[in-house]
Amino acid sequence: MTGNKITRILLGSSSILVLLLTAGMVYSLINGAIPVFNEYGLKFITSAEWNPTEGSEYYGALSFIIGTLITSGLALVICLPLAFSASLFIGEYFRRSGISHVVGTLINLLAGVPSIVYGLWGFYVLRPLVVDLGLSSQGFGIFTAGLILAIMIIPYATSISTEVISMVPNELKEAAYSLGATRFEVIANVIVPNARSGIFASYILAFGRALGETMAVTMLVGNSNAIPGGLFDTGNTMASVIANQFGEAEGLKLSALIGIGLILFFITALINAIGKIIIKSFS
Amino acid sequence: MKKLTISLVIISILVACQGPTKDAQSNKKKDHLNLTAAGATFPMPFYNLAFKKYGDETGILLTYGGIGSGGGIRSLKDRVVDFGATDAFLDDESMSGMPSEIIHVPTCIGAVVLAYNVPGLNGLKLSNRNIENIFMGEITNWNDEQLKVNNSDIDFPDLPITVVQRSDGSGTTYIFSDYLSKVSENWESSVGRGKSLKWPVGIGAKGNPGVAGTIKQTEGAIGYIGSEYAFSQNIPIALVENKAGYYISPTIESISAAAKGTILADTRIMLTNPDDPEAYPISGFTWIILYKEQNYDNRSMDQALETVTFLNWLIEEDAQALARQVNYAPLPERVSSLSKEILNSVTFNGKILTQ
Repeated sequence: MTGNKITRILLGSSSILVLLLTAGMVYSLINGAIPVFNEYGLKFITSAEWNPTEGSEYYGALSFIIGTLITSGLALVICLPLAFSASLFIGEYFRRSGISHVVGTLINLLAGVPSIVYGLWGFYVLRPLVVDLGLSSQGFGIFTAGLILAIMIIPYATSISTEVISMVPNELKEAAYSLGATRFEVIANVIVPNARSGIFASYILAFGRALGETMAVTMLVGNSNAIPGGLFDTGNTMASVIANQFGEAEGLKLSALIGIGLILFFITALINAIGKIIIKSFS
Repeated sequence: MKKLTISLVIISILVACQGPTKDAQSNKKKDHLNLTAAGATFPMPFYNLAFKKYGDETGILLTYGGIGSGGGIRSLKDRVVDFGATDAFLDDESMSGMPSEIIHVPTCIGAVVLAYNVPGLNGLKLSNRNIENIFMGEITNWNDEQLKVNNSDIDFPDLPITVVQRSDGSGTTYIFSDYLSKVSENWESSVGRGKSLKWPVGIGAKGNPGVAGTIKQTEGAIGYIGSEYAFSQNIPIALVENKAGYYISPTIESISAAAKGTILADTRIMLTNPDDPEAYPISGFTWIILYKEQNYDNRSMDQALETVTFLNWLIEEDAQALARQVNYAPLPERVSSLSKEILNSVTFNGKILTQ
C-alpha cells in the first residue's frame, strides 16, 4: 500500500467518524426528546410554564428560548460598536503597525479565557458594579449576563471583521483618496460597503457563540425559570437550565431538557448556516 | 476548526460517560478492596471525612461522587456504584422501579438553615408565617412590619429581600419544601414539595456552595442551605419557629431532638416540623441506599461483605463523632440500632451476610 493510499484512508475514515458522531448526537437528541413532544406537542415550545414539582409537572421551554435570545441579542448589541471599532483600528487605521498587533493579540487572548473564569470575574467584579450603579438591587439578571456575553464574543466578531476589512483592495481605497476623499469617507463609502457581508457574517457567528454559552451565564443570569420582565430582571437560558437541572432529572423532565438541547442545537445550527451562506454569497 | 471542536467535545463527553463505569467494574474484578458510591451533596462534608478516615485505617479505596440525590439513585439503579446516597427517600413507586429490593440506611441528621446577609443583622427570628411569606414573595423588604413582630430588638434597614434558592434539583430543596408544605396549606397547594420547584420569587444558584456564595456576596439575600455550608462560611443563620412555638437555633442537640418521634421500621420518614418543643423544625435524615440482595452483576461475596462492614462502621460511634465535627447530628441510639437491624437483613444469594 502506498503512503498516499494510507493517508487517504486515514483522512477519509476520520472524517466519516466525525460525521457519524454528529449524526449520532442528533439521533440521540431527537430520540430523547420524543416523549416531551408526544406529551405537549408544540406547546413545549410555546408555553412558558416550567413546573417540575411532582403532581403538577408541566414543561414549556419558551422562557428559556426567550432568555437565550435576549441575552445573546443584548450581547450582540453591546459587542457591535466595540468589535467594529476594534476591527477598523486593527484592519485599517493602524494596519500592520506594532500597536494593532498588540491590540489584536490581546483581543484574541479574550477568546482563550475559559467560560468559568469569565463567570467568576462577572460574579465578583461585574455584578457588584451593576449593583453600585444602581441598575439592579442584586446584580443578577439578563443585563449582567448579556454584558459578560458581549465581552466573550468580541474576539469572534473582531477577528473575522478585521480580516475582511484588511482584504478590501488597496486600489479602491487609493482611488478614493485620489479623488480627495477623507479617511472617514473612505471607510464609509469604500471599506464598509465592500466588507459589509463579511462584517455581518462575523456578527452572526458571534451571536451563534453567545447562544450556547453556559457557565458564565448560569452564574450571572439569576436562574429564575420565567420570562424576564425586563432587562434588569432575572431569567434563564437554554444552556443554563440544562446545566443546572440534568443531574436530578429523570423521565419527562429529562426528556424536556433533551428537547431544549435539541432546540438549542437547531437554533445554533441555523444561525451558523446563515452566517456561512452570507459569507459565501458575497465573497 | 468548528468540526474539530465539536468532535473533541463529543469524545470528551463519551469518555466522561463511559470511563468511570468501566474502570469501576474492572477494578472490582481485579481488586476487591474498592468501594464506589455517589449521590447527595448535602451530607458530603461528613462523607468526605468518614470515607477518608475509613480508607486510612483499612487501606480500602473509597470514592464518593457528590452528584446529587437523583444521580445517586440512578447510579444505583444502573449498578455502577456499591451504594448510593440520597436526602429524599424513595417512595413506593420509585422503589418498585428499581431492579430489585433496596434498603434505606440513615447515616446522620442534617439541618437546612436559613442563611441571610443583612449588614449588622444578627439573631434574626423567623416565624413559619415569615418564612412562607418571604419565599412566596409577599414580604419583599427587610423593613416589613411582619418581620418586626418577633424581632422588636432589631433595627431593620430599608433593603429589598433577594431570595436565593437551588437552581439544580436537590434533596435540600426537598427537605425545605416539605417543611413549608407542612406549615402552610397555601404553600402546599400552590408550590408543593419536590427536589426542584416552580419558585414564586428569587434567583437560583447551583449547589449548596453556590447558594452559600451568592448569599454571602449579595446584600439583602436570604436562602436555605445545608447547615455545614453556613457554619463553615460564617454566614448568619436565623432561629426558626418550631411546632411548639419556640424559636430554635440549629444545634446538634436541637437537630437530634427532631428524631425523637416515631420512626418507621424502614426509616423512610421526613423529620420536618416535629412535635418536640426543643427540636429544630427543618431537618432530615440522609440515607445510604443499597440492594438488599447483594449478589448481582458478578459481585463477589467479599465486595458485598466489605460494603456492609463499612456501612456498619459509618453508623457507629467513631464515624458518628465525625458527623458531629461538621455539624450534623449523630443518629440517636434508637435509630442507629434500627439501622443495624436493616443492615443485618442484607443477603448474598439469599443468605444473610454475617460478619
